[in-house]
Amino acid sequence: MIMAKSILSLVLNNRRRDHAVADNMLLIDYLREVCGLTGTKMGCDGGECGACTVLVDDRPRLSCISLAHSVAGRRVETIEGALSDGRMSRLQRGFHEKLGSQCGYCTPGQIMAAEGLLRRNPNPDDDEIRQGLSGNICRCTGYVKIIESVRSAIEEAAP
Amino acid sequence: MEYMPEFRTARPATMAEAVAIKAAEPGARFLAGGTDLVPNIRRGIVAPPTVIDLAGIAEMRGIEPLAGGLRIGAAVTLAELAAHERVRTAYGGLAQAAGGVAANTHREVATVGGNLCLDTRCVFYNQSEWWRRANDYCLKSKGEVCHVAPKGDHCFAAFSGDLAPALLVIGAEVEIIAPKGSRVVPLGAIYQDDGIDYLLLEADEMIAAVRLPALAEGFRTGYAKSHVRSAIDFPLAGVAVGLRREGKAIAELRIALTGTNSMPLAIEGTEGLTGGPPDEAMLEGLDALIGRQIQPMSSTFSPPGYRRRVVAKLTRSMIRALYLGG
Repeated sequence: MIMAKSILSLVLNNRRRDHAVADNMLLIDYLREVCGLTGTKMGCDGGECGACTVLVDDRPRLSCISLAHSVAGRRVETIEGALSDGRMSRLQRGFHEKLGSQCGYCTPGQIMAAEGLLRRNPNPDDDEIRQGLSGNICRCTGYVKIIESVRSAIEEAAP
Repeated sequence: MEYMPEFRTARPATMAEAVAIKAAEPGARFLAGGTDLVPNIRRGIVAPPTVIDLAGIAEMRGIEPLAGGLRIGAAVTLAELAAHERVRTAYGGLAQAAGGVAANTHREVATVGGNLCLDTRCVFYNQSEWWRRANDYCLKSKGEVCHVAPKGDHCFAAFSGDLAPALLVIGAEVEIIAPKGSRVVPLGAIYQDDGIDYLLLEADEMIAAVRLPALAEGFRTGYAKSHVRSAIDFPLAGVAVGLRREGKAIAELRIALTGTNSMPLAIEGTEGLTGGPPDEAMLEGLDALIGRQIQPMSSTFSPPGYRRRVVAKLTRSMIRALYLGG
């Protein structure tokens, strides 16, 4: 069978993109291999660890179990989109300053899941942070530093 | 995992179109959130030539009032269901079940219809192609022996959906659509206790919506489950209870389980436990009644005996909580 490709149009990190993409391509493969955005990581490879989390219309999405065409017409954001004018986002600064990242492999997913959480709930308590990041597994930090990192980002935003 | 096998995606705009495609190509699979189907495709467990993407069908979304109850479109996400005000207040057990599935990221895309049709699960089945090939596959997929019960001719993969038991205790119905028309049946009628053919849906049928009836005044519901981690993992066992109290007596009691059999199991004979308070004699009768009907097998990493104890404990504490709940 020869797989026909069809045009996938989306807004990726604030930039309009149009690519010919096969029906069976996963969103993570599209991001990493077609767009070269390798910040998004493949962890468990089956939707069980959250390392591949990106934002689709502001909501967290597991890119390793999503088909690329499922984001047609949507706004997709990856960790590369978190920088603005070369400056880290408040969550990136939080993870950097509070040591929320050790080996770093889960960090892009943690930050995107936290970003999704803060957009729908700008001032979550610790329990809500745990809930919001409950789909993201980290084998290094024990999570305490990750919670502190998110809290630090929230406090930075508070006037 | 494997690379994605090749398939074609059909993108119907209506339910009628979707089931027409399925009728013409019975080997095709419906895709909604993909949290169950996509990992299974990647593991080589299923290899549909065509995937019918339901994302473009507006008529499958939305929660509407219906005859004093609610009609929930099959493509409503678990996040929407768990957050819905009326579901939270009137159907507490269903909101708890929806809000406890996997993790929040899964619930953003996973749907009601998908959770009801969730493929049965087993440690010998939900593995990579390489792993399963090294084990000569299994009865449910490509193999000849069930590694859980090697002498039998039956698959014991466990049904693990959280919504079904919560819907069974409130007497929910499902709307099923097919090219020849649609039908409405009690939810329990679409399941049978067979790990391979667990769904009694024809090849051209699809769940369109779930109907929740109005509940009797004072009928309270709850859902609780046991799992290794409190997020992401499938339930080792899940318990839904519906209970109505009159004075000191339990006037009405319904119990349904997940994770213990190859189908969501509505416990039969619970009316024999009503008429009095949930005292020790009643709870021992409850343990015996449930113990006779469930059949947890070695299809998860937690042994069957543990899951039996978990079911008994969860059911007892849920009944007490609902009884005392006002």
